[in-house]
Amino acid sequence: MATDDIQSYARANGLSLMGSRPPLGQYLLETWKRKDFAWTLASLNKAAENASSRFGMWWILLVPILQSIIFGMLIGFLLGRLRDPAFIPYLFTGVFLYTFVSGTFTSGATSITGNQGLIKSINFPRMIMPMAEVFKQFLGFLPSIPILILFVALITQSFKWQLVFLPLILALLVVFGFGIALIAARLTVDVSEIGRIIPFITRLGFYASGVFFHPAHIGAKSEVFNIIMNANPVYCFLMLARGTLVPGYELEQIHWIIALSWTFGVLIVGILFFWRAEERYVIE
Amino acid sequence: MSSNRKSLTFDSNPLVLTDDPRRPVVIVDDLHVVYRVFPTGKRATRAQARSKLFRFGKNNIREVHAVKGVSFVVYEGETIGLIGSNGSGKSTLMAAIAGMTVAEQGRVFASSRPTLLGVISTILPRISGERNIILGGMALGARKKEMTEAVPAITKFAGLEEFIDLPMRTYSSGMSARLRFAIAAHKDHEILIVDEALSVGDQQFQRRSEARVRELRERAGTVFLVSHIMETILETCNRVIWLEKGVIRMDGDPKKVTKAYTAYMDEISG
Repeated sequence: MATDDIQSYARANGLSLMGSRPPLGQYLLETWKRKDFAWTLASLNKAAENASSRFGMWWILLVPILQSIIFGMLIGFLLGRLRDPAFIPYLFTGVFLYTFVSGTFTSGATSITGNQGLIKSINFPRMIMPMAEVFKQFLGFLPSIPILILFVALITQSFKWQLVFLPLILALLVVFGFGIALIAARLTVDVSEIGRIIPFITRLGFYASGVFFHPAHIGAKSEVFNIIMNANPVYCFLMLARGTLVPGYELEQIHWIIALSWTFGVLIVGILFFWRAEERYVIE
Repeated sequence: MSSNRKSLTFDSNPLVLTDDPRRPVVIVDDLHVVYRVFPTGKRATRAQARSKLFRFGKNNIREVHAVKGVSFVVYEGETIGLIGSNGSGKSTLMAAIAGMTVAEQGRVFASSRPTLLGVISTILPRISGERNIILGGMALGARKKEMTEAVPAITKFAGLEEFIDLPMRTYSSGMSARLRFAIAAHKDHEILIVDEALSVGDQQFQRRSEARVRELRERAGTVFLVSHIMETILETCNRVIWLEKGVIRMDGDPKKVTKAYTAYMDEISG
């Protein structure tokens, strides 16, 4: 009964309960109001990162190109794909996009545990941290896109009109990456061992998402195999991007549907999952 | 199974309301904070503390009852000094009021979300002080333009004119504490919690920040000040709470409370 007295006394004087996370709507509104902060944080971090390494911005291109060369040699020789003129553009598109997806996952996972200085200094909606990590990855990814388009155009000697859909696909990919980063961020807080298995997950994703092969390349005719591949959102995103860039590949409806459903599914689940642990992100 | 787990007894200490005519700003009612820590030092989540999955054979989680039933009301126009020996639960209490740590039992009501200013070495170590000012202000909810314009004033307040373009990792702990205080104190806060941040700076900075705290109070802001320096407490606060082993030992007039505290400290140090 005394409890009720205190509550009504507090309410009557315009005080509200602290320590509990704000309702979802208010939380998202507060996050939205600070989106400029997330963006500034991302660009300053990116600039600091570039300034502290000798090749700076060039790493954005060097990493996927080196990976493409290694896998191009390996797979190209193993599967005898090098004579297929579409293979190199197919591989490059896959590696460039996958580098972004795995980047959002990896850096999203440490966005809370690795930024405790800022988190302990100032109270703000913690969702800003994974958001800033995705922005940072995007800033690194963006300059590689025109290079990819030019590179593919040089090899195939053509542009596809479907290229107009590429910005939309990439925008969806960023939203998808944000959802993934939110989930990874909270998982790492809940179970710190997650950090150790992340390299395995991204490696597994690399093999499972058709980054360097197409089901047809390896002679897979099984229906079940195709269903499994198509259920993988990353594979669908890669195939959509290839539909806009690589001759011989079309934009398929099924890939649109799967990619869209996963994007919004992961976003909604990610937001709810992350928000529900808001008060736990200060780690003692 | 839970052989070495001493279950905690919660001595409830509910708030007794008085008919004070002043407007309350913060209400703390029977607040308990418990940390569950792995012996390695990592803090366990509640789920981990409960779950059997994370226990291998025996329960190896230690429970630390840091705040044990604290109740008080803070009214408009008060500046609260919080004193107590190391480990008495001062910082934990402040973190709970700021909503940065979860209460085990009890509640905190406040008129607005308090801003906590603690002793953490850096904000973003790799970027310059100037950019940290802009970022810090934006994290507190200010606009970028507003913060860009405020850079000279904040730099001057922190006394860092010569170093503001250097990365924050090159700052001494005193310098970065000064900068953090300057960023947070630039804006008018309804409720500001200063956790020992003032004691890191030099004397000149201490005087400047004490003046700023008084200024905030005059603008109807409520300030909590955690400090071991009694002069700072006496000069800026009009009420002092003495916390010892997680409970309030004394609450009231600054002179009386600090005198009793000093006597107690003299006694235990022999």
